[in-house]
Amino acid sequence: MRSYLKTTAIALALTAAAGAAKADGHGVEVLHWWTSGGEAAALNVLKEDLEGQGVSWTDMPVAGGGGEQAMTVLRARVTAGNAPTAVQGLGFDIIDWANQGALANLNDVAAAEGWDDVVPAALQQFAKVDGAWVSAPVNVHSTNWVWANKAVLDANGIAVPETWEDFAAALDTLAAAGVTPIAHGGQPWQEATVFDAVAMSTLGPDGYQAAFIDLDPEALGSDAMKEAFDRMAVIRANVDENFSGRDWNLATAMVINGEAGFQMMGDWAKGEFLNAGQTPGEDFLCFRFPGTQDQVTFNADQFMMFDQGGSVSSEQAALASAILSPSFQSAFNVVKGSVPARTDVSDADFDDCGKQGMADLAAAAASGNLFGSMAHGHANEAAVKNAMYDVITAHFNGEFDSETAVDELITAVEIAQ
Amino acid sequence: MSVASQDTAIRTGRVTRTLIYLVLLLFALFYMLPLYVMVVNSVKPLGEITGGGMMNLPQAFTLEPWAKAWSSAQIGVEPTGLRPYFWNSISMVVPAVVISTVLGALNGYVLTKWRFRGDTILFGLMLFACFIPFQIVLIPMARMLGLMGMAGTTWGLVLVHVVYGVGFTTLYFRNYYAVFPTELVRAAQIDGAGFFQIFWRILLPSSGPIAVVSIIWQFTNIWNDFLFGASFAGANSQPMTVALNNLVQSSTGVKEYNVHFAGAILAALPTLIVYIVAGRYFVRGLMAGSVKG
Amino acid sequence: MAQTADADFKTRLQTWLPKLVLSPSLALVLVFVYGFIIFSVYLSFTDSRLLPSYGWVGWENYSKLWRLSHWEVSLTNMGIFAALYITICTVLGLGLAIFLDQKVRAEGVIRTIYLYPMALSFIVTGTAWKWFLDPGIGLENVLQTWGWETFEFDWIKNRDFAIYTVVLAAVWQTSGFVMAMFLAGLRGIDNEILKAAQMDGASNWNLYRRIIIPQLRPAFLSAFVILSHLAIKTFDLVIALTGGGPGRATELPATFMYSYTFSRNQMGIGAASATIMLMTIAAIMIPYLYAELREKK
Repeated sequence: MRSYLKTTAIALALTAAAGAAKADGHGVEVLHWWTSGGEAAALNVLKEDLEGQGVSWTDMPVAGGGGEQAMTVLRARVTAGNAPTAVQGLGFDIIDWANQGALANLNDVAAAEGWDDVVPAALQQFAKVDGAWVSAPVNVHSTNWVWANKAVLDANGIAVPETWEDFAAALDTLAAAGVTPIAHGGQPWQEATVFDAVAMSTLGPDGYQAAFIDLDPEALGSDAMKEAFDRMAVIRANVDENFSGRDWNLATAMVINGEAGFQMMGDWAKGEFLNAGQTPGEDFLCFRFPGTQDQVTFNADQFMMFDQGGSVSSEQAALASAILSPSFQSAFNVVKGSVPARTDVSDADFDDCGKQGMADLAAAAASGNLFGSMAHGHANEAAVKNAMYDVITAHFNGEFDSETAVDELITAVEIAQ
Repeated sequence: MSVASQDTAIRTGRVTRTLIYLVLLLFALFYMLPLYVMVVNSVKPLGEITGGGMMNLPQAFTLEPWAKAWSSAQIGVEPTGLRPYFWNSISMVVPAVVISTVLGALNGYVLTKWRFRGDTILFGLMLFACFIPFQIVLIPMARMLGLMGMAGTTWGLVLVHVVYGVGFTTLYFRNYYAVFPTELVRAAQIDGAGFFQIFWRILLPSSGPIAVVSIIWQFTNIWNDFLFGASFAGANSQPMTVALNNLVQSSTGVKEYNVHFAGAILAALPTLIVYIVAGRYFVRGLMAGSVKG
Repeated sequence: MAQTADADFKTRLQTWLPKLVLSPSLALVLVFVYGFIIFSVYLSFTDSRLLPSYGWVGWENYSKLWRLSHWEVSLTNMGIFAALYITICTVLGLGLAIFLDQKVRAEGVIRTIYLYPMALSFIVTGTAWKWFLDPGIGLENVLQTWGWETFEFDWIKNRDFAIYTVVLAAVWQTSGFVMAMFLAGLRGIDNEILKAAQMDGASNWNLYRRIIIPQLRPAFLSAFVILSHLAIKTFDLVIALTGGGPGRATELPATFMYSYTFSRNQMGIGAASATIMLMTIAAIMIPYLYAELREKK
């Protein structure tokens, strides 16, 4: 018992010490989920940059579920009154936290560095809440890409498909040739990623806006939506039997080694091809999903800055400005496969797919064809996103036919709101 | 309490015995299977794994994945491997196990030898607490830790694990002490021995087997916990499971399965060792207390 | 005079001391378990989404919950999972314990092999299991390359069978522990009774059926309680093995609750499902605790 009391006393003393250490804080504590080699190494560039300015970096990595695990941790930290200084965040999560009044206002840094002029407006929707910059965007991923094995396509006389009909024909050709037409990983978010592009092709940009962003029940229940589900069924018929639960990078590997022809996946898939020593245009192809050549659905990684007693700390300002610096934007995005979050970065260091991605993004932003991705939490809040996942994945796995799926989609969205 | 070596009086014939060995062996294989997959694939070069044949023995044996998982794999921004997190886990698990076991022993002692009105209800309350799903306490626990200034510290984690472990340790010790002859306690009382003296001199010396059960149970549960570790640890107190998760769950990039498996075995090694070393006391302890009730 | 006062104080201390010793644990449990349960039940009647908020909405979360087909799926899965998991673990645990109790050579080694899965978390073994069950690289593939070409084992990819793979992995993890409990029970049985019955010519089968197994009642009860609470808490297993899929075919209440509370920012609905889970646990545990504890008076 005495030793128990003693340990308790030590515990209290240690806690007090820890509290003191936190309070003076000459650094940033960064909660993120970039723990794999390339990303983490790229983030390390940022860390070294800051440390060069005398700002220490406390790393708080929590991987899992595309950031879901980190978001749970974030909630515990905020509830405990112990929020990290900077947190990796996506789309509506950022808006939600801003609405809770938890984020710091970065307007001074933003004004000094002219963020308003260089960050695309569609992206600003997720970085600026009620006129206040609350987070620093790192990149823009676009999700409506198709990746293809060039040798497989050439061997079967398939050109890059321009329309859904071309694409469906190509799938038949590959299936007849004994190649798995589509490499797919059966996880809800991957199915939603495919659906994102497919729905864009049937609904068109206006329909996409109405259905996924405005949640208009009419658009959700439209014939075009049913057509999207029908096309998903075609895609389902062209994946291998073993797709369920597969990680996306294993699906990418199927394309890389020629087991499969196509994969529909965001631009992060490019890194897998590059790691395998392949060259864009020679070994693999990247093109927009047929019927969405003019559109870009995007998601963007950002770092939210949590409020530190009413103002932005100088360390947070330094971090934010380092993130937006053109040199980091270029260095990081070359590794990650995404494109810079600002439009004035040179594309010199990027490969062909990267260059096309930057050009597409600029064109889509200019023509009003840049949309937040439903599958990646940039079209609606988490509750709605996941409600859509439920229906898409249930349909893809044969639980619903297309008609039922459309009805279920309307109900699920209604309950989630 | 020393019934451990008691064998059954049942006699069996030769055919039956062969059958028994066969079944036992078959199940031993079943239980070993996942461990086999992990070990075999942790000593292969990555190329051999992605080439298929997960059950095959390695063609080119290598320990590099182990070295990498331990000291140079990418866990966060810096390639530290699992090593620093190992010590975080140790410094959280040891105090938590000790405190919850000591509390459990004292509670069990009170609940069996110093009974008072309503003690069964109190015990029932503590026991029911074992069955609460941990996900629901996450948010209120975070708030409490914040209020107590223990958020993000090792001691905060120790507190959490003590709270949700004390029900089990109390259960074990209570059932164990229930069959301990109360006359010995009364006699000592008449001799003028006090509350702690009786505990220290009479009960504690014979508490070995149940202490082992309690320690094994707590050690494995706390060591393997991910949810609390991820949610309540600070940057300098993240336990091994969180680091392993970061290693295995990384979202993009080549998955180095051999390193993942090596890391997984490394993370599981302490609990495995505890089970192998103390395993037989485990059954003995269970026998002496918790099952006979 | 002073001495008697001192003695008086000592006796009083001795009567208070036990309660004093018990109180820290009790206080912890009251606040951190029962306080939190009340908080969680309260949240289930509020409009909480991202973080707790205190706008009262009455039964709305519950009515939404019961409209979700997702919740129905997870309840059905729970029924299948719990029934199979508890039955198989109990039968297997008892069987292995009886076999292991036959003066088997190398008992210690075998017992350790049966027990060790309990030491590992599914963060550790999840990938191994996933591989093993995956038809492309696992058992199916291995047996096919060994020559059994018609062999099929694709349960984990099959919507109708995936839940059984979750049962399989869960049984793998805990049946050894159940075995240990039964073994402990068997070792505690008085051999004299058995010898007497053997003299009377009872067969082994009858010995087990009539005498031994009935005496294991406490072990059965302990096993049932431990297994049922593990069944309701099953979470990391599903996350590691199937992530709730294919589709949502292996969703369980615990994963449902986590997903609504933390991934979907619908904390109110998550809390409502937690309340229902807690009520289920209480419905199983309270009668058990009542019977167990009353008996011992």
